[in-house]
Amino acid sequence: MKLLKNIALSDTGFVFNPGTGDSFSVNPIGLSILKDLQEGKSEEAIRNRVIEDYQTDKETIEKDLYDFLKMIEQFNLTDYHE
Amino acid sequence: MKKQIYERPLIHRINTGMMNKFGTKTEYAPVSHIDGLAVKDLIKEYGSPLFVLSEDTIRNTYREAVRAFKTRYPKIQFAWSYKTNYINAVCNIFHQEGSWAEVVSGFEYQKAINNGVPGPKIIFNGPDKSDDDLRRAITNNSPIHIDHLDELYRLTELAEEMNKRPNVAIRVNMDTGIYPMWDRFGFNYENGQAWDAINKIILGNRLELIGVHCHIGTFMLSPQAYATAAYKLSDLALGIKKKFGKTIHYIDMGGGFASKNTLKGSFLPGADTTPTIDQFAESITTALLNAGFTEKDLPLLVLETGRALIDEAGYLLGSVIANKRLSDGRRATIMDFGVNILFTSFWYDHKISPAQEFSSYTEDTVMYGPLCMNIDVVRSHITLPPLKKEDHVVVHTVGAYNMTQWMQFIAMRPAVVLIGTDGKSHLIRNKETIENIESSEVMPDFLKKHALASGILK
Ligand SMILES: Cc1ncc(COP(=O)(O)O)c(C=O)c1O
Repeated sequence: MKLLKNIALSDTGFVFNPGTGDSFSVNPIGLSILKDLQEGKSEEAIRNRVIEDYQTDKETIEKDLYDFLKMIEQFNLTDYHE
Repeated sequence: MKKQIYERPLIHRINTGMMNKFGTKTEYAPVSHIDGLAVKDLIKEYGSPLFVLSEDTIRNTYREAVRAFKTRYPKIQFAWSYKTNYINAVCNIFHQEGSWAEVVSGFEYQKAINNGVPGPKIIFNGPDKSDDDLRRAITNNSPIHIDHLDELYRLTELAEEMNKRPNVAIRVNMDTGIYPMWDRFGFNYENGQAWDAINKIILGNRLELIGVHCHIGTFMLSPQAYATAAYKLSDLALGIKKKFGKTIHYIDMGGGFASKNTLKGSFLPGADTTPTIDQFAESITTALLNAGFTEKDLPLLVLETGRALIDEAGYLLGSVIANKRLSDGRRATIMDFGVNILFTSFWYDHKISPAQEFSSYTEDTVMYGPLCMNIDVVRSHITLPPLKKEDHVVVHTVGAYNMTQWMQFIAMRPAVVLIGTDGKSHLIRNKETIENIESSEVMPDFLKKHALASGILK
């Protein structure tokens, strides 16, 4: 899954989609995941990175990441044309 | 490097220019302690879910209400409305403070007797009083509030049979400008029913009419309606004095003052819109003082306030069972309590706080209870930090009607704990057990056996 190319991310957790004018807010961990996606990291790589950085376990992040990615899709922030 | 504390990744859309319908920031500020005791310790000791009552809050709220009326009117008396919360420890706090009892059934009457309330201080209301209930109330000299003519006739017969003169009042209903009008209880003021009952009682000369009573509704937000009601009851009392030369001892204004809960569908939180007890007191006492009583005949003002005296002293502690995402993208959180024990979630958008610290990120959530039923919705929209399995929450303002109207449905009812003015927790109702529930069941002999074989499905 990839983030739309023109999505703007600010370090304060503000997300802007210039294509639609929609804006969003994310928490710090959510922001780090969006950045990973921008860099083109795979889901598995993101998962491993989060486990490295945070006090969590594989089951928890698997479940929460799945949910987070679904939300990003629903908000039309992902690129379908790859 | 030390790993960072984990929090579920969150994203939500910012709707600029729209009023946030999900509530204010204070709603999700964490509440980790109640009267100095940690939520997590209380749950560890007594289990989850758990009802918690604050003795401090009960006593302070009661004293505040007494002050509001006493500073404005010379003769007042509260009578604790048992149906609001009849756990005996709660009733006894009110009785220690000087409150009488107000009951509406033989069951509640017996509870008041068991709590040591003297008969003349138990006000007996309600449409359903059996002959045995009435006999007992007559013997104990309890004030009996007559609801309908059938009761008036029956009470007259019993008085004759027992050769006693029961103390009675009549329940009056009336138009106070509030819709819907509660006209199913008592005798109507406007159409003359109330006077008809008064004439029958006084001319019948078997019952001693000592008071007039009304209860104009519950969760009332209008002090003005009480002024109207107090004026109309005063008019009856003054009319009785004029017509029969008889002094009415008390005017009972019933209950109904709103608590600080937020009614479903209202835009502003209840804490900002509920009139204060002083506003209600001002309306009622001004009407009574200006009605035209002589100083000697000024009636005792009786109040049967329920929810406004106990709601804020009650909390429900609970825990998260699971989180899920609904098909339309909304987040749903399933709690270990539902409408079975939090009956008032049918009426109110209860304030619910997380019981542990979070970052300032929040999510709009639907909060469900654990029952396998569609109606089991605790809050249809609430803004909360990302709660995870086993996190605790505190539901506020649940002291009224939940611990009496709760249902034993699917799950058993939880324990109730009182945090005393001594700063300690005291168990005041045990968690229900399967033995409690099954002890009243009876199994007929022919149903005692069946022949289902054990074995695993293949
Ligand atoms: C006769 C009577 N008195 C007092 C009350 C207590 O009312 P509240 O809890 O609204 O103050 C009720 C409740 O319905 C009632 O019916």
